[in-house]
Amino acid sequence: MSEVLVLVDHVDGVIGKGTTELLAAAARLGSPAAVVVAQTGGAEALSGQLAAAGAATIYTAESDSGTSYLLTPEVAALAAAAAAASPRAILLPATFDGREIAGRLAVRLNAGVLADAVDIEDADGEVVATQSVFGGEYTAKYRVSTGIPIISVRGSAMTESAPAVDQPRIVALDAQVDPAVSPTVVSQHPDPIGDRPELKAATVVVSGGRGVGSAENFTLVEQLADELGGAVGASRAAVDSGYYPHQFQVGQTGTTVSPQLYVALGISGAIQHRAGMQTAKTIVAINKDPDAPIFEIADFGVVGDLFSVTPALEEAVRARKG
Amino acid sequence: MDIAVLVKQVPDTYGERRMDMSDWTLDRDASDAVIDEIDAKAVEVALQLTEKHGGEVTVVTMGPARATETLRKALSMGAHKAVHVLDDAIAGSCALQTSAVLAAALRQVGADLVVAGNEATDGRTGSVPAMIAERLGLPAVTSVRSLEVDGSTLTAERVVESGYSEVTSTLPALVSINEKIAEPRYPNFKGIMAAKSKPVTTLSAADLGLDPSTLGLAAASTQIVSGAPRPPKDAGTTVTDDGTGAQQLADFLAGEHLL
Repeated sequence: MSEVLVLVDHVDGVIGKGTTELLAAAARLGSPAAVVVAQTGGAEALSGQLAAAGAATIYTAESDSGTSYLLTPEVAALAAAAAAASPRAILLPATFDGREIAGRLAVRLNAGVLADAVDIEDADGEVVATQSVFGGEYTAKYRVSTGIPIISVRGSAMTESAPAVDQPRIVALDAQVDPAVSPTVVSQHPDPIGDRPELKAATVVVSGGRGVGSAENFTLVEQLADELGGAVGASRAAVDSGYYPHQFQVGQTGTTVSPQLYVALGISGAIQHRAGMQTAKTIVAINKDPDAPIFEIADFGVVGDLFSVTPALEEAVRARKG
Repeated sequence: MDIAVLVKQVPDTYGERRMDMSDWTLDRDASDAVIDEIDAKAVEVALQLTEKHGGEVTVVTMGPARATETLRKALSMGAHKAVHVLDDAIAGSCALQTSAVLAAALRQVGADLVVAGNEATDGRTGSVPAMIAERLGLPAVTSVRSLEVDGSTLTAERVVESGYSEVTSTLPALVSINEKIAEPRYPNFKGIMAAKSKPVTTLSAADLGLDPSTLGLAAASTQIVSGAPRPPKDAGTTVTDDGTGAQQLADFLAGEHLL
């Protein structure tokens, strides 16, 4: 069976949730083969988790380099693994890093890229990726006609798990990095991890827009999110006004979410915002403007003052649960 | 330092955007065409750098004839020169082909720094800047929210989903910017008038040494299998709050088994 390469995301000896999802997607197409870039000895620590997540082969690119090069080691490792494995496809997360790696790799391997796939299938022996176009206005299925398909996959779009593997084959790669084309990462500043569900994977998202009016008022959004067990989002207008941090931005130039429930508070519903959330299964909105475009896509909308309706909604939800 | 900025004319994201369902290419006539917002910011970043360090800004676009409007907009902001790659053979090109064309144009421009937007609002692969960097043998720093140049070193803050990092690179290099980096200046009257006489070089695929048969839809690296518009959604219910709006909404959510 052909191998399908998956770039492993890992921090402090733990593989990322996205990696487990990608290995499962890989299993639909062939034999999952994990590609790990790590400091010397680091790959060993991950092998148990990778085997449990379905990796039948683990390619390792380890180095002692004190210098942290930006993404070129990952590109080199995938190119070396592709030469060794002649894979059927290469899967990457549809993240900023994933898209950059995909770009360099595509040129290096002369291969086509399918970006931000929400589904992957083996269709009559062909690898086909499903993409959401114009924020969900269209759905399209694509295949790659040049080289090995390089597919970046939207997180949490596919949720099954691959069967665990007993003894994965471990192969060391000789993956050379060219320092002349490699920027250096001087320092890393991760955002603090909060208690709420991660935005892009959440089943419930409660978002605030410019109508929320201030950073202080966003606690209203947070309280409703907590009552519903959801993540907090913010429109671009709210982020640009300083009401909430940018990593919570939902929309064309923020995160695209597709939850079971999306609650839009004080959000007008401009196309830019809708492109990031209109595939949500159920959409409800509270806005004082009856002509707000958000009401065109809401399953239930309340025209009213969000400062009175939102706390009342929180109360009503709590009463129902109690 | 001489800077090349990649700009793209795209369907207006505030308007209706359509796919041509006969060949699944972008229906560029369906809506107004504008400079992609992120690219106006890229021009701004380049202008701020040349104002500080000297040098010239050349804007480069690949697009149909009316893409010259986008070049004029950038020239009105203060860019010095423009290059327009115009060739019918290019229509329907994929990201990989696009990067080959733009890289060829950039080799002719010859800049110390290439600035691009992180992602076009129509194509949205977000991979073209990295593809170009690979073709040109340049280091790339993508998704940048701040950028400084000191001699032949570039320092940037690079934003990813989980936070940001501080990154340095030698020059020449390519960077892609995110939308938070800068607000683009409005062209003033003097700038608009001056733009009319700034040089715009038009190049065909052959001028770039590219074989037209390797470009365009038929030779693209990705091909459509099938596509469909989103099924129309049933109209929802909207109520005006009379004090019971919240309760009605809660009842709705309960009815949908969302509570």
